[in-house]
Amino acid sequence: MSRAVAETVLKGLERLWDRPPGFVGWLSAVNHKAVGTRYIVTAGIFFLLAGVQALVMRTQLAQPGLELLTPEQYNQLFTMHGATMMFLFAVPMMEGIGIYLIPLMTGARDMVFPRLNAFGYWVYLIAGTTLYIGFFFGHAPDAGWFNYPPFSGPAFSPGVGIDFWVTTITFIEVAALVAAVEILVTILKVRAAGMSMGRAPLFVWSQLIMAIMIIFAMPPLILASVMLGLDRMLGAHFFNVAAGGDPVLWQHLFWIFGHPEVYIILIPALGIVSAVITIFSRRPIIGYTPIVASMVAIGFLSFGLWVHHMFTVGLPIMGLNFFAAASMMIAIPSGVQIFCWMATVWKGRPIMAAPMLYVLGFVFIFVAGGLTGVMVASVPFDWQVHDSHFIVAHMHYVLVGGVVFPLLAGFHLWYPKITGYMLSERLSKVAFWLVFVGFNVTFFPLHELGFRGMPRRIYTYLPDLGWGNLNLLATASAFVLGIGFAVFAFNLFWSAARRRHAGADPWGGDTLEWATASPPAVYNFATLPVVRGRYPLWEPAGIGADGIEGLELYDPEEPHRYTLGTTIMDAEPQQRRPLPGPSIWPLALAVALAVAVIGSMMDLTLVPIGAALAFIAMVGWLMPPKPEDSP
Amino acid sequence: MFIPAVILAGLTAVTILTGARISIAAQDADGPTVEVIGHQFWWEARYPDAGVVTANEIHIPAGQATRLRLMSNDVIHSLWVPRLHGKLDLTPGRVGDLVLRPGEPGVYRGFCAEFCGAQHALMGLLIVAQPPDEFDAWLAEQARSAPAPVDPERARGLALFTRHDCHHCHLIRGGGTPDESQAMGPDLTHLSSRSTLGAVTVDNTSDNLARWIADPHRIKPGVLMPPTQLAPDELQALVRYLEGLP
Repeated sequence: MSRAVAETVLKGLERLWDRPPGFVGWLSAVNHKAVGTRYIVTAGIFFLLAGVQALVMRTQLAQPGLELLTPEQYNQLFTMHGATMMFLFAVPMMEGIGIYLIPLMTGARDMVFPRLNAFGYWVYLIAGTTLYIGFFFGHAPDAGWFNYPPFSGPAFSPGVGIDFWVTTITFIEVAALVAAVEILVTILKVRAAGMSMGRAPLFVWSQLIMAIMIIFAMPPLILASVMLGLDRMLGAHFFNVAAGGDPVLWQHLFWIFGHPEVYIILIPALGIVSAVITIFSRRPIIGYTPIVASMVAIGFLSFGLWVHHMFTVGLPIMGLNFFAAASMMIAIPSGVQIFCWMATVWKGRPIMAAPMLYVLGFVFIFVAGGLTGVMVASVPFDWQVHDSHFIVAHMHYVLVGGVVFPLLAGFHLWYPKITGYMLSERLSKVAFWLVFVGFNVTFFPLHELGFRGMPRRIYTYLPDLGWGNLNLLATASAFVLGIGFAVFAFNLFWSAARRRHAGADPWGGDTLEWATASPPAVYNFATLPVVRGRYPLWEPAGIGADGIEGLELYDPEEPHRYTLGTTIMDAEPQQRRPLPGPSIWPLALAVALAVAVIGSMMDLTLVPIGAALAFIAMVGWLMPPKPEDSP
Repeated sequence: MFIPAVILAGLTAVTILTGARISIAAQDADGPTVEVIGHQFWWEARYPDAGVVTANEIHIPAGQATRLRLMSNDVIHSLWVPRLHGKLDLTPGRVGDLVLRPGEPGVYRGFCAEFCGAQHALMGLLIVAQPPDEFDAWLAEQARSAPAPVDPERARGLALFTRHDCHHCHLIRGGGTPDESQAMGPDLTHLSSRSTLGAVTVDNTSDNLARWIADPHRIKPGVLMPPTQLAPDELQALVRYLEGLP
């Protein structure tokens, strides 16, 4: 397709869309592929850090009475492990993959607000780094990732550790909301001509639903953490019983966020599974509409489940029954998708390459986690297993099975697109089996440990309880799991060094990203594609412009950065949407806001100072460009 | 999707019915009422009708339904005795209602099941279910104050107890202790009737008691009781006194 476009146009597009050279140019990058890659790499690093924390904890628990860690150190580790995985890895990774892939899949040149995109990343980087600086200086939060008051309040956690939680978590939720808005508007407004919502890839649908959920789920958490911040720093009493507050309020607000949160990370993973199954079954997906409907249903229902995290608080049982019924019901749309995928594989011609192996691993592990989920949805059953290792087992089955395995499948699918190189298939398979077996042998025994009475969040246990053998098995297997991830990480670097070129479409893909170069040109598409069906690269009509003029959106006389704005439902072309180029102001604004939000921990006068700096940064950002510059 | 929906509806019905049965069974409590107050990192147990206060080892009659009223005076805890019942949180500002009905006499191990701080891990408890007549005898014995020490070494131990301010946290009814304590620590009136120390962390033996008093953090790091500097003979006298608390 590119060959048909004049060399001068290609070179002109390259020059127009590229960023300035040097370090300042790197800091000013707003291109979605740069921002997406940064999210993915940063989230990957946090995943490794959280994984190491888990291995240290498992070592401490391998036998009763070990003294590798003090109780204070252990409590910081499980808090950091949870906070890192949930806030610094899972959501940013899913958003980052979306930011990278959505414009490529929808035939756009970039996302709708490129500078906002970059701003979101810098906020995420600053928030995560600050939390870890606190951790390395011994000031990690230690009240669990869920941070319940009164323990997390000023009376029982007077140190600065919880302040790190309050400020960095609030700050990072800003990043999550920013990325959600970016993803939502991009998906709705800048798709290829002809890509109606009914023709949009299921991965794109999953990102859309995720974005909407984030917009509704994050505010309760921000509210709760601001209230806790006010309790801790300004003497408010939202959660202080002696002054009329209620610690249960925190639990409601946190879990109104917390339950949708896990579906926020699950739904885009389900989108990845749909993408992999389509390509590796070599046929259109069976049940496109039921799959979309199921993802929407899960998105809605997930907001009605939160009290199942609070079954043991002592709330009236009639209310608990509602949440139990809803928690069971959400298994149905999950099941619908599994059946559609199984039908697609059954009626397709499956290829057992690494992405498909990870998808099969997902089915096995996630379904097992879903079964224990139906069990814990039952109130009386949960009264026994809540806050025990049974729950640790359940949640890792659904999170690792439902999120990490699809992510690994997605990595193996899209690594060639992002880097231009093929991963080693042999190393991929070795890593898969180590991770799959390692995961199951680590976490399956934890179900039994829960039944034997082992609570969660304990740094040690007594020898007479008989928990030592299963814990030792789980710990040994956790190291196997760790080795599996190490092999995977090695594969990423080894394959980049080996440079086996992938070409544009190594898998015979169906979606538009496979029509770009690997890695894609900075402007994605020389000629923006026209879509005539749900599987554009598999359709004989192809994606060509076919006589429609001007889809390069490039005028050498007056070069401006544009992508195509389209209507929401049917993607009829509406406008050329001008997009801004590289800018340092997103970073400046992120730093200014950090001064205010994170500075509030140190000295409240930093809040107005940070606000003033933020005002200056916003003026710089919004200042209209001089006429001779590109917009 | 009809079959899964039917199965899930059936499971939901079972859930609701089982929960209802547990709730209904909890309405009639023919045994005593026990107030359980959660602390960082121990359990206070009060039998208001009998005027009994103890800690970490809660005796109840087997074959009867005992109502536990769960409260906390600091952070959120959760009382979980797996072989007897599901768990219920102890939340400041709320009173939880948990009815235990042990079918057989025996000792049932319990745990704190809501993360409550440094020593959440070793905040254990024992539910001791006894035949009703043995329970009544135990309760009557617990209601008695401790006798004043007659033996000179034990009297010396009592003097040390007050000299080192132990009574500021630990109440011993009778036995010559001068002040009401603020119940920051367990009531020790009947310490030697209990089988463990440190909320089911170690067995209640002379050696463990001595080690505990000298430095509780070696046994349960992060516990709120400070170490006590005592010469070896002083420590022995104190231990002798405490062992004499019936």
